[in-house]
Parts: sequence; C-alpha cells; structure tokens
Amino acid sequence: MDNMLSLFIVIPALTVAGILFVREIKQVRMVAALGMGIQLVMAAVLVFCYLSASSSGAGDEMLFVKDFVWFKSLNIHYAVGVDGISVAMIMLTALVVFAGIFSSWEVEYLTKEFFISLILLATGVFGFFISIDLFTMFLFYELAVIPMYLLIGIWGSGPKEYSAMKLTLMLMGGSALILLGILGIYFNSADNGGQFTFNIMEISKVSIPLPEQRFFFPITFIGFGILGALFPFHTWSPDGHASAPTAVSMLHAGVLMKLGGYGAFRVAIFLMPQAAAELNWIFIILTSVSVVYGALGAIVQKDLKYINAYSSVSHCGLVLFAVLMMNRPAMNGAILQMISHGLMTALFFALIGMIYGRTHTRMINEMGGLLKIIPFISVAYIIAGLASLGLPGLSGFVAEMTIFTGAFQHAGLFHRIVTIIVITSIVITAVYILRVVAILLLGAQNNRHYEHIADARWFEKVPAIILIVSIAGIGMAPYWLSSMTGASLQPVIEKIMAIKPF
Amino acid sequence: MNIETFFIMRHELLLTAAVLTTLLMELFGNPRKKESIIYISMAMFGVITLIGFIPSPEGEMFGGMYISSTARLIMKNILNAGTLIALIFSVDWLKRDENKDRISEYFILLLSTLIGMNFMISSGHFLMFYIGLELATIPIAALAAFDRYKNKSAEAGIKLILSSSLSSGVLLYGLSLIYGVTGTLYMAETASAFSSGGLQTLGFIFFFAGLAFKVSTVPFHLWTADVYEGAPVNVTAYLSVISKGAAVFTLIIMLFTVFPAIAATWQKVIYIVSILTMTVGNLFAIRQQNLKRFLAFSSISQVGYILLGFIGGNELGMAAVIYYILVYIFSNLGAFGVVAAISNFSGKENINDYKGLYRTNPALSLAMMLALFSLAGIPPVAGFFGKFFLFAAAAEKGYYILVLIAVLNTIISLYYYLLIIKAMFLTTSEAPIEQFRSGFFTKLGLGICIAGIAATGFASILFEAVRQYSFGI
Repeated sequence: MDNMLSLFIVIPALTVAGILFVREIKQVRMVAALGMGIQLVMAAVLVFCYLSASSSGAGDEMLFVKDFVWFKSLNIHYAVGVDGISVAMIMLTALVVFAGIFSSWEVEYLTKEFFISLILLATGVFGFFISIDLFTMFLFYELAVIPMYLLIGIWGSGPKEYSAMKLTLMLMGGSALILLGILGIYFNSADNGGQFTFNIMEISKVSIPLPEQRFFFPITFIGFGILGALFPFHTWSPDGHASAPTAVSMLHAGVLMKLGGYGAFRVAIFLMPQAAAELNWIFIILTSVSVVYGALGAIVQKDLKYINAYSSVSHCGLVLFAVLMMNRPAMNGAILQMISHGLMTALFFALIGMIYGRTHTRMINEMGGLLKIIPFISVAYIIAGLASLGLPGLSGFVAEMTIFTGAFQHAGLFHRIVTIIVITSIVITAVYILRVVAILLLGAQNNRHYEHIADARWFEKVPAIILIVSIAGIGMAPYWLSSMTGASLQPVIEKIMAIKPF
Repeated sequence: MNIETFFIMRHELLLTAAVLTTLLMELFGNPRKKESIIYISMAMFGVITLIGFIPSPEGEMFGGMYISSTARLIMKNILNAGTLIALIFSVDWLKRDENKDRISEYFILLLSTLIGMNFMISSGHFLMFYIGLELATIPIAALAAFDRYKNKSAEAGIKLILSSSLSSGVLLYGLSLIYGVTGTLYMAETASAFSSGGLQTLGFIFFFAGLAFKVSTVPFHLWTADVYEGAPVNVTAYLSVISKGAAVFTLIIMLFTVFPAIAATWQKVIYIVSILTMTVGNLFAIRQQNLKRFLAFSSISQVGYILLGFIGGNELGMAAVIYYILVYIFSNLGAFGVVAAISNFSGKENINDYKGLYRTNPALSLAMMLALFSLAGIPPVAGFFGKFFLFAAAAEKGYYILVLIAVLNTIISLYYYLLIIKAMFLTTSEAPIEQFRSGFFTKLGLGICIAGIAATGFASILFEAVRQYSFGI
C-alpha cells in the first residue's frame, strides 16, 4: 500500500517485459489487455483510497507521498504523490489506455513492437501524473512523447513520415522550453541561500523573484502549451492525429494533450502566479484564438480525423483558457474539461477507427446513412458528438458550464469580452458535429459497397461502452468528481489569492 | 622509484610496458600466430584498465612537471575504459586478411596515443603538456592512414597531420607569448603570474585555438569530417571519442587551473565558440549522407554542448563535463560499433543503405536507436542525464540565453538523428542490407555500450562519485 503509486510505473514495465517474452499475436494482445486491465483496477482502487483518505481528514496537499533521493548533490528526488486532480487524470489515463488496447486489437504489422511502444507511452503519462518532482516529471514527459514518432511513423496512414517528424519535433521543442523553465525554477527555488529543490510542493512555498518569473513563465507556459495545442503552435495536431493509428490518436488527443494543460497549471501557474497574473492577457488572447479558430477549422474539414483534431485544438484551447482565468470555478472547469474531452475524444477516435476499418475512407462526403447499416457505432458516435457540443447530462456540459461561469466572474471588460467570444465556439461546435451526423449517419446511402458492412464486434464494443458509461456518469453525477478536484485546488487558489492579482 | 611513485604514474608506465611488449612480440613472436597478439595485447590492456581503478595517493613528480590527483585519475580511467571498448570493436576488423600483418602496429600506435593523452591530462608543465599532445596526435595520423590501399584513408592521414601540425604551431606561439609575459612554463606559477593584460590575452587565445583544433570546435573543425570519413571506422570511433575526450579534459583543466585569472575573457570566448560549434555542427550534420561524416558533424555539435559545462567555471560544470564524456563514450562508440559492423559486412556507409534495416537486423537497429537517442538526449537513456547536468551547470551561473540556444539546438539534432531512425524503422527498401551475424567481439562491445547507455543515467552513484572528486584538480 505504501508504494502504491510506483505500481503505476511498475505494472506497465512488467507488461512490456511480458510482451517481450510471448510470441503469438493473440498472446501479445492478451498480455497487453491483462496488464492494462490490472492498471485500470489499480486506478479505481486509487480513487477509492484517495476518497476515503481525504474524507477521513488527511489534510495533506499530496497523499501517498513517497520520496527517494536520487541525485543527492543536485537534490533530485524520485518523488511521487497525488492530489484529487492527478487521481482524476490517472483514472482518465487508465480508462483511455485500456480502451486503446482493445481498439488496436487488429494491428497485425509488427504487433509486438506496437504494443510495447503504446505501453511505454502510457508509462510516461502515468509517471508524469504521479510525479511531484520536476526532474522526474520532465523525464516522464519526454518518455511519453518520443514513442509517438515510431507509433505514427510505422503504423500510421497518409503522409505518416512527415506528420510523425513534425509532431515529434514540435513537441520536443516544447519540452526543450520546459527544460529551460525547470532549470530556471530550480535555481530560484531557495530563499536566501538555502538548498535548491525540484519538489513542486516545496517550491510552491517559495516566492520566485518577479523578474525571473517574467522570463520563465512564458517559456514554461508555451512549452506546455505546445502540447496543449496553443495557437499558433497547434499545427502538429491535425497532421499528427490524422496520420496516427486509432489507439495512438485516442491516447494522444485523450491523454497526452492533457499533459500540456496539467503542466501549464501545475508548473507554470502554480509556481509563478505573479507573472501569470501579469502576462495572462497575452495567452488568454492566444487561447481564445485556439478555441474559435479550432472550431471554425473543424467546420471546413472533410476528413473525420481532421475534424476531430481541430475540435481537439478547440477543446484543449478551452482548457488552457480556463486555467489562465485563475479562479476556482474556471480552474475546476479546466480539469473537468480535460477529463471530459479525454473521454469523448478517445471515443471519437475509436469510432472513427472502426468506421475507417470498414469503409476504408474517412471522407464524410463519400459515406452516408451509416446509422441504418452500423447502428451501434453510429449511435455511439452521436453520443460522443452530443457530449462534445455540450448537451446537458453528458460530461461536456458540466465542464464548459463551469468554465464559462468562472470566466465570467472577472469583472473587467477584457475578460468578459473574450469569454463571450469563446462562448460562441459552442455554436460552432454544434455546427460541425451536427454536420457530420447529418451527412455521415443520417444522410442518403450513396455507396452500395457499404451496404453489407458489419457492426461493431465485441472488442470494439468494449472500449465504446466503457467510454460512454464514463461520459454519461460524469454528466449525470458530476459532483463527486468536481468536489474531489475542487478540494485539491485549494493550495493553488490560496497561492493566487495571496498575491491578489485581481 | 618506489611503489608509491609507481602507483602515481601507473597509467603511463604500464601502458609503455604494454607497448614495448607488443613490439617485442611482433619482432620475436611466431609469424604464423600473429592473431594471438590481439588477445595478449587486449588482456594486457584490460589488466591495466583494472589496475587504474585502484585508489592511489595524489602527488607530484619530476619537480611538479607531472601531477596526479583523483580527478585526473577519474579522467584517465574513463579514457581507458573507452579505449578498451574501442579495442573490443576492432578485434573482428583486425582479424581480416588485409590487416593480419599489421595487428601489432595498430596496438602500438593506438596505445602510444593513449600514453600521450595521459601525459596531457597529468601535465604540470607546458613542455610536458606539449610532448603529450604530440604523442597523442602523430600516431593517430598513421592510424587514420591504416587502410593503405585506399586513397581516402591516405588523404585522411595527410589532412590530419597537416592540420594538427598547424594547430601545434599556433599553440606553441601562444605558449611562447605566455612564457614571455610570465617567465615560467610551470602551470602553477603561470596561473599565479597571469593577469588580464593584452599580451596575456593574446597568448591565451593562440593557446586556446591550438587546443580547439584537437577538440574540433568551430571554426577549427574543418579537418574533422574529411578525416573521419577517410579513416577506418574503428579508428574514427577512437578518434571521435577518446581523442576528443582527452582534449576536452585537458582544455577544462587548463581553463580552470591555469587561466582562472582571465576567466571573464575565456567565458566570452567559450560563449561564442559554443554557440557556433553546436549550431554549425548541427546544420551541417543535416545534409550528410555518409554516416561517418554524419557522426563527425554530430560529434562537433556534441562538443558545443560540452562547452556549456565550461562556461560557468563551476564545480557542477566540471563534474558534468567528466560525466558527459563517460556517457558520450558509450553512446558514440555504440553508434560507431553498429556502423562498423555494417560497414565491415557490406561496405555500405550511407543513410539510404540503412533503409529497412529493422526488418533484417533488428538487434543492430535497436542498438543504433538507443545510441542515437542517447546522443540526442532523450530520456530515460544516459544522454538525457548528461545533457541535463551540462545545461544545469550553465544555468547555475545564469547563462539562460545560452541554455535556450542549446536546447533549441537539441531539436535540430533530434531531427537528423530521427532521419536515421526513420531509415531503419519507418521506410522499407527493395534491397536492404542482408541479415548477418556479427562477430562475438562486436556483440560484446555493443552489449557493453548498451548496458552503459541504459545504466549510467539511472545509477546516480556514478555522477555523485564524479562530482565528489572532480573539483580537486
């Protein structure tokens, strides 16, 4: 129980080792599914343990903390710990990874290597969310990004080599900026000649001098923002998502992009709130552009994956937008939005993968009337679409409502205007979602070849059902999630309030 | 000569003994059993490497001309270990028919250069330093021309000897200026007599330029690519790792111990040279098709990163540089090991020849990928830790802009490392390099390199050990 969090790295590592030792494709995917199934159970256990620990009054900011000294002279630790926010993100990751394994059930080219890369990527993501030491956090961050190159480059479609290279270089460019930001934070993390530290919780007690904050906040925020599809650094996203194989799109849009939002919130804003309050207008403008431009971009796309990639730019832009609003409802909404978008975009990409696997095209104008032919997939697609456009009762509504409420609480004219502009994206979202539903699912059947395609098989239904249940669950009963994440926002809000930025 | 002085000078003495033994074996050994020289020399060198790790007293000899300290011992041991790996990689190549009559030459020349490097590192007097430098350079020119039937190899030898004699001349001129203003060639006395006057600075610049040739920083890098391309792969590996590592060690010792008085000057020089070196190295590497030239430019850019450890003049920088050289030995030798294995089997050295390599030779491709990731600084392999500490060393002294330029450069370098990974893993070829089994010693060498790449980063004890002893030069 003590080392519970480290299990989230150990289990994927053991799964990879297990995959190395088996031979047949069947065994490979069984081992992968088993390992990630255990991981999912562990995540559920973690949620349960966290809720019972925090309700019994454990007032610590981080629970289940484990700390080992690694590089003593630089005070680098392997330090893990979770609060309500990271627990929620871990649960999301476990769900999406588990669903992703089933969505890649039929990968036949270099199966072993595919699952190893996929699970390595997942290891990086889990490690990132449990780390509270900036060094280990960064290490896991890069570990999560680099398998992407092989995953897209080998198993992708379309201009995959170009997309893989573009995505990897842009994301690693972001991580290069983060590295600089981390070094800057580290060398300013001690008051009056004390010991420098990489531990986030300890740094948060120190006030980094304002001139340094002004330099390092934009660098760190842009660094994480690149992964969070911050305009104008979002261009890797459409190409990358469109070329990636199904499970990789799911993981990347569903989880990996959240690393950007989470990092921007946990590192950039939490540790450097003064500069964030001073400079956030720049980034609020940029994220507003992300939200609206992403949504408008989705309208004109014909490729299903491009539509969802642009929609991800829009929704992840909303996460960064909300984080920059720097008040409790907006930030809580940002976290809910990360979870909600992670689930529904994973569902989208899983369904697109299923449709593509049957019709061998992703162009919406080449298909039509699929609802009659493949009802399960179509209905699931409609549910995902409704969640995306913010229908009450599904997760998207809860998240967006909270964000807009929080954002509108700022009294200033600037904040109100950008909020109103951003709210228009709801309408645009409805346009592109309903357009796809109308043409693809409800329209006339214009191609006889598609009349006899089969509906989802069991391994395709598993991820869809898991994700739909989660989306609906959050939508119907958002309180347990939002109270868990909201309580953990306390230290951040306190730190922001202490400087009274507004 | 007692046991204590033997231990202080054991690296040089034992290496000299090994060189002489190899020579005697060549002269009086059975001409039909030349191959046994490989194993005997390797065994001797292995024992020397092990003896090098025995802790020994610090001390000076010959009236301060020769200095030994724990930090210098660590440097020598790192070089020894690297040379051992380089020798392991050469075994399969030396056994080939065209090299059979020159086995002992290879060992004699290579180990002589190592003696020279050890003297460079341990020198307390500029004359001792100069002798070490020449001993470390001239035999390498012969090694570069080792493939005597290849024009390119001979060209490499000539280029190396010409450019290095030019750099020696420049360096000597700098030394004469330094002698002129300080009146001594003892380094300790030079350090205390040095000041930031115009003539002193001029002398330093010439001295620095001479060493910069050996380290191959921009703008003194022009010989590197041609020599690396022409020389046999195994010699290139040795040249790019051990020779370069020794020059880096010498340079950092000189800057930190002899020229602290003009630190403000050399920090400016390093700042500019570092940016130029990594940027030019990276930009040229993108365009290379031959893997040896490619690795030449990549190693130039690596030096640019290493210079980041110099700039702060701090303890962390010293430790980071020594640690990075260790990491670099494993990574670069690993990459060269793969290139050598493929070049020896098929004679192919172009990136395009590597297309589809993963389907035919998965183990070699994976080894290459790990080595390239380590060179690019991708976690969790060792190169990431090495780069992180170098950048941290520069950041500690507030050189954030320099670190920013460096991290952006790592992205350029990632691009061209990925080009090779793309060729091996992503693309397919109609005529890929056939599947082949590499020899035992190649496998052994690659195994050591991979273990080093995988473990050096995680095993924090290595870095801590280097850090603990590194500043007591």
